Amino acid sequence: MKQKLVVIGNGMAGMRTVEELLKIAPEKFDITVFGAEPYGNYNRILLSPVLAGEKGIDDIMLNDLQWYADNNITLHKGVKVTDVDRSACKVIGDDGTEAEYDRLLIATGSEPFIIPVPGKDLPGVISFRDIHDVDMMLEAAKNKKKAVVIGGGLLGLEAANGLMKQGMDVTVIHLMDWLMERQMDPVSGEMLKKSLEEQGMKFKLKASTSEILGKDEVEGIKFADGSELDADIVVMAVGIRPNIELGKKIGLHCERGIVVDDTLQTYDPKIYAIGECVQHRGETYGLVAPLFEMAKVCANHLAEFGIGKYEGSVTSTKLKVTGIDLFSAGDFMGDDTTEDIVVRDASRGIYKKIVIRDDRIIGAVLYGDTIDGAWYFQLMREATNVSDIRDALMFGQGHLGDSGHGGNVVADMTDDTEICGCNGVTKGEVVEAISKNGLFTLEEVRAHTKASSSCGSCTGLVEQLLEFTLGSDYEAPEAAPLCGCTNHTHDQVREEIRKQKLTSIDSVFKTLNWKTDNGCAACRMAVNYYLISTWPKEAQDDPQSRFINERAHANIQKDGTYSVIPRMWGGMTTPKELRAIANAAEKYDLETVHVTGGQRIGLYGISKEQLPLIWKDLNEEGLVSGHAYGKALRTVKTCVGKEWCRFGTQDSTGLGIKLEQMSWGSWMPHKFKMAASGCPRNCAEATIKDFGVVCVDSGYELHIGGNGGIKVRATDLLCNVETEEEVLEYAAAFVQLYREEARYLERTAPWIERVGFSYVKENIVDNAEKRKELAERFKYSQEVTRSQVDPWTERSINGVEAYEFTPLKVIG
Amino acid sequence: MSNWVEVGKLEDIPALGARIVKNGETDIAVFRNANDEVFALNDSCPHKQGKLSQGIVHGQTVTCPLHNWKIDLASGEAQAPDEGCTGHYETKVENGVIFIDV
Ligand code: SRM
Ligand SMILES: Cc1cc2nc3c(=O)[nH]c(=O)nc-3n(C[C@H](O)[C@H](O)[C@H](O)COP(=O)(O)OP(=O)(O)OC[C@H]3O[C@@H](n4cnc5c(N)ncnc54)[C@H](O)[C@@H]3O)c2cc1C
Ligand code: SF4
Ligand code: FES
Repeated sequence: MKQKLVVIGNGMAGMRTVEELLKIAPEKFDITVFGAEPYGNYNRILLSPVLAGEKGIDDIMLNDLQWYADNNITLHKGVKVTDVDRSACKVIGDDGTEAEYDRLLIATGSEPFIIPVPGKDLPGVISFRDIHDVDMMLEAAKNKKKAVVIGGGLLGLEAANGLMKQGMDVTVIHLMDWLMERQMDPVSGEMLKKSLEEQGMKFKLKASTSEILGKDEVEGIKFADGSELDADIVVMAVGIRPNIELGKKIGLHCERGIVVDDTLQTYDPKIYAIGECVQHRGETYGLVAPLFEMAKVCANHLAEFGIGKYEGSVTSTKLKVTGIDLFSAGDFMGDDTTEDIVVRDASRGIYKKIVIRDDRIIGAVLYGDTIDGAWYFQLMREATNVSDIRDALMFGQGHLGDSGHGGNVVADMTDDTEICGCNGVTKGEVVEAISKNGLFTLEEVRAHTKASSSCGSCTGLVEQLLEFTLGSDYEAPEAAPLCGCTNHTHDQVREEIRKQKLTSIDSVFKTLNWKTDNGCAACRMAVNYYLISTWPKEAQDDPQSRFINERAHANIQKDGTYSVIPRMWGGMTTPKELRAIANAAEKYDLETVHVTGGQRIGLYGISKEQLPLIWKDLNEEGLVSGHAYGKALRTVKTCVGKEWCRFGTQDSTGLGIKLEQMSWGSWMPHKFKMAASGCPRNCAEATIKDFGVVCVDSGYELHIGGNGGIKVRATDLLCNVETEEEVLEYAAAFVQLYREEARYLERTAPWIERVGFSYVKENIVDNAEKRKELAERFKYSQEVTRSQVDPWTERSINGVEAYEFTPLKVIG
Repeated sequence: MSNWVEVGKLEDIPALGARIVKNGETDIAVFRNANDEVFALNDSCPHKQGKLSQGIVHGQTVTCPLHNWKIDLASGEAQAPDEGCTGHYETKVENGVIFIDV
């Protein structure tokens, strides 16, 4: 026979315990729940966004009535338990309902603290705890103007923010010298005040309320110093008190809360208690994270598994006011035995303070930039010795390690880093849930792990984890459409091209219901690329959907002239080539001859009509297009290597030439640069290239994903190989994976950060078969697109697209 | 007074493309859109004189190759939020032959 479990309190802690219990011992109990509020179980935290009009009541329901029915839970909603007969093991509700129990769980939460001043019971004095309170405030906001919020803590500020969003004129009264003194130091408190003032909130600090004024309803408020303020409503948000009314009445041992041990058991072994109503090791809590930790342990003991101890929680806080970022944890004030590291950038509105004792972080306050909050919190909870990373600490986790820039915050986190502070969910748990259960969306992760399902402030991190774990399978929920001409994302467009074998831009636009007739400059180029990279043989290249540089095979300059940069294979040249370049420069009277950053020579100031002429001259001396204009292979930079250099270990120059010969002319999502250095001194700067080779005595180190441009990124080391053939095969496979999967105009560096280095490695290194297939497909594409036919020859000698280079007519 | 000048055949311009007509010192960019309508603008972007003939044509608009301003082919006006206008010319196509009123 099943045992009977009765739960008193239909709130977040009680129902979380029931959920945990259903997970581990679904058949153990017949469950009956009493809830004084007339609803299913809702997310109390999100009352703030409801008040601010950012969410509706329906959005914050956690378990609706159907859930209770589905799980055979008897719910007595709107029934307050008034007594418990402990000897008969029976619970009694205020409507006379009775229920017997084998185990009882008390989860009655807290009550708002109402300061005992005259007038506190007047209509118009509202607390901020449940849906009913929010309804009253929303109602008042409709026809009343002035709101006074007593309490400048988390709750008070969220209430004030909400009322302001509802159009009320709001003044916050606070007893202390600065706001949120339990989470902030004076400096960050002042910054917060300033931001809120900018949004229109008013403050009266160091003010003690002595009376609430009014005859039949609230009219104003009076302070200890005698001054007064008009008010149509007064919201009391000065704090909470554990709700121990029932506990006391039935004779359980209570101090500030119902006293429980590490298994959440009260002094009566049949009765457990959990949530804000309890006192554990002398502490009471007012945030959900500890409650959820308790719920896990409590469920475990109710199920009689007997493992797990609740040992107290360290909490951190975030404020849910849109546009304000703050994070606070631990002892953020410090004392004589601590040191502070502080960064303050007033003009950017950023303040960070870390408090350290004995080389360990014991507290932190972040204002304006909270991205590293989770990291500091982790270091703090694990009492990590931070002396080694002290100088980098303030710059954040992204700056640790040698990659220098562009660190992916979640990628760098260890598995036990807590992602969701509310639900105590770690990175490892999220990643495991994603890969085991095949989750793809934020909603699914929420459903499976609870991460980001409470206050939502870790949503960004969870999304990053999805991205990090799924790689290119992940579609950010609001993934931007390719451009305004379509609702489809880059990845969707490419997928449809592949699935439906679309081979022309028109068919893509028709099939995918493009909103414009011929797209725009952004989507036409992208779609054209996706077509030719997916169907190299079948797709029609559309010159009109190429940027002018790729259409005219030269780079347009600001004055409308063009540049010409011939290829110098692997950075090698000959006197003959140099002479040809010199002759051309003289013949066409070019102003500028520049040695480029890519080891070749750039000629500038050529008019469009002259292009075929100069190309012809250069072609005749064996020079071909360097594609310095294309989303294509650019240069392969090399050093002289073992041919000459006393340190050279391999023929880096020869290898560079081979790489360039293999891949030139191939169209890519963005430009692609390679380099080969003869030894780890790395004179060719291979570690900031899309694909770099560093020769070593035993062979070749292959590096990928570097970028020396806008955001410098050092490469990731892909692997070591022994022969040149392998280098070429790995390079081809890597280029092809990039060509097939990166989004148009995404270079390898951001692509790898998006899909994850390990994803690329799996495809290229771990899976030899896949690598060979990719390399094969690259070769195929190079052959069928005739990409290695020099576009200059085509146009200067074979007359291709002659119209591009001649005027339609000369008149006048 | 109109001054219609024959400049070439419709088929000499690729659909969604442009060619230049040199008129003394000025370049006139002549565009053909997907519906075989023909437009003529001064080949000089109101932003920084980018050559509009080198841009990408879509609908009744050309996107400038230098900084992506979008210019209306019929009027030469820049699309909001950008502001500016480049001169435009009347055009007509008769029996596949393009005329511009210069
Ligand atoms: C010609 C050259 C400068 C020079 O005279 O030395 C050059 C010129 C231009 N670069 Fe560059 N870059 C040149 C080497 C580089 C390098 C150095 C290198 O390759 O070792 C870099 C940094 C390395 C890198 O790319 O990782 C570089 C990073 C950029 C970037 C930033 C790319 C990024 O991912 O952050 C851009 C902007 C872009 O591509 O969107 C850019 C864009 C440009 C453009 C194409 C701007 C444009 O669209 O007009 C310039 C074209 C001028 C022209 O017509 O030639 N150029 N550019 C160099 C050509 C090398 C060659 O022989 O092909
Ligand atoms: C506006 C607001 C914003 C918040 N924001 C955050 C935040 O950002 N982060 C965070 O971590 N925490 C936040 N909190 C705190 C968080 O909501 C609470 O810590 C959490 O809800 C406590 O859960 P609980 O189950 O202990 O209590 P509750 O959720 O209050 O549940 C107790 C339930 O028991 C019922 N009950 C009480 N007595 C009886 C009885 N005798 N019989 C039957 N039913 C009874 C009550 O009606 C109530 O429904 C916020 C709270 C509020 C009010
Ligand atoms: S750095 Fe590159 S893009 Fe910038 S001005 Fe120089 S050549 Fe042009
Ligand atoms: S010159 Fe045309 S957009 Fe700048």
